[in-house]
Amino acid sequence: MRKKITLRKTPFVLLVFFLMLWLIGVTVNEPKRVLEQAKSICLSCIGIG
Amino acid sequence: MRLARKWVQAVWFFLLNGFWGFPFTGTIYQGPMKVICSPGLNCYSCPASTTYCPIGSLQQLLLNIRFTLQTGQYYFGFFVLGTIGMVGAVFGRFICGWACPFGFFQELLHKLPSRKVSIPVPLTWLKYAVFFLLVIIFPLLFVNNSGIGQPWFCKYVCPAGTLQAGIPMLILQPELRGTVGWLFVNKLAIALSFTVWSVFSSRPFCRTACPLGAFYALFSRFQLIRLQLNEENCTGCGACHKVCPVDIKFNEVPNSCECVNCMKCMTEACIFDAISVEAAGFPMFGPELAKTNKCLLPKRKI
Repeated sequence: MRKKITLRKTPFVLLVFFLMLWLIGVTVNEPKRVLEQAKSICLSCIGIG
Repeated sequence: MRLARKWVQAVWFFLLNGFWGFPFTGTIYQGPMKVICSPGLNCYSCPASTTYCPIGSLQQLLLNIRFTLQTGQYYFGFFVLGTIGMVGAVFGRFICGWACPFGFFQELLHKLPSRKVSIPVPLTWLKYAVFFLLVIIFPLLFVNNSGIGQPWFCKYVCPAGTLQAGIPMLILQPELRGTVGWLFVNKLAIALSFTVWSVFSSRPFCRTACPLGAFYALFSRFQLIRLQLNEENCTGCGACHKVCPVDIKFNEVPNSCECVNCMKCMTEACIFDAISVEAAGFPMFGPELAKTNKCLLPKRKI
């Protein structure tokens, strides 16, 4: 007998929640800041200096 | 499936570390791809790294939060949290098992012939403390006179950073060698400890100290794509226990936070089709879909 399939909604709720967070981050221009950080070598971050 | 996973892991390893011009430039990749998030733990100060590390970036944003607020900028880390949150909501710890370069490195080390040792369960709780304390709380709370904190995890612990960035940068830029102190020696000891431990135990860093693994583990019960136990088919034979690289008893705890979703239990152990992959409740691979003649994998002969 085939089992009845029920849709799990929680993953979609989480997706929408984190998409909202991501959009807020984009709105306040966080990607620019992240890019600046990622382009530079943070010596103290890797235990040097 | 085992070979396919190794290939996927290798592809991710080289995608995330795809800048091989560093011996000529003498520095890290600084192109526009660095705005893309690495799904696994991969230090962005690694000369070959093409993407940003979510754990490193999150700490950098949080430790500067007072300073940026004073300058009228609202950088709370939402962009980074949103990115890894969406990845976690869809794939959870599939990322650990399939796309994390440091996880792949540990798996390769574990293939070296040696006596294999399991990891005590209480140690696996340590990674949540690492995530909440070293990545979030300490960078926010402990600040200097200028109101700027420190990237505690990257600075004091991260073995991926030491192996991928610290050592290569010392080779690429010899003038940095004079600045090496006890901090680096300490980090080197941590990195070497995890490297040696990986030979004897499966994925020790992922299981005890990885903050990204801890974050993805929070999604284990809710992730969109996950392994599913079909209880009607399970005979309780325990075959899935024997192949699990992270010592999970899948038929007893199907959505364990420790599961890295390598799918060994499904493809190499269970002959009763008791384990399948589902997305939001709909079967993707396994017996449920086989009944509808739409199964993506060929039916296994018993």
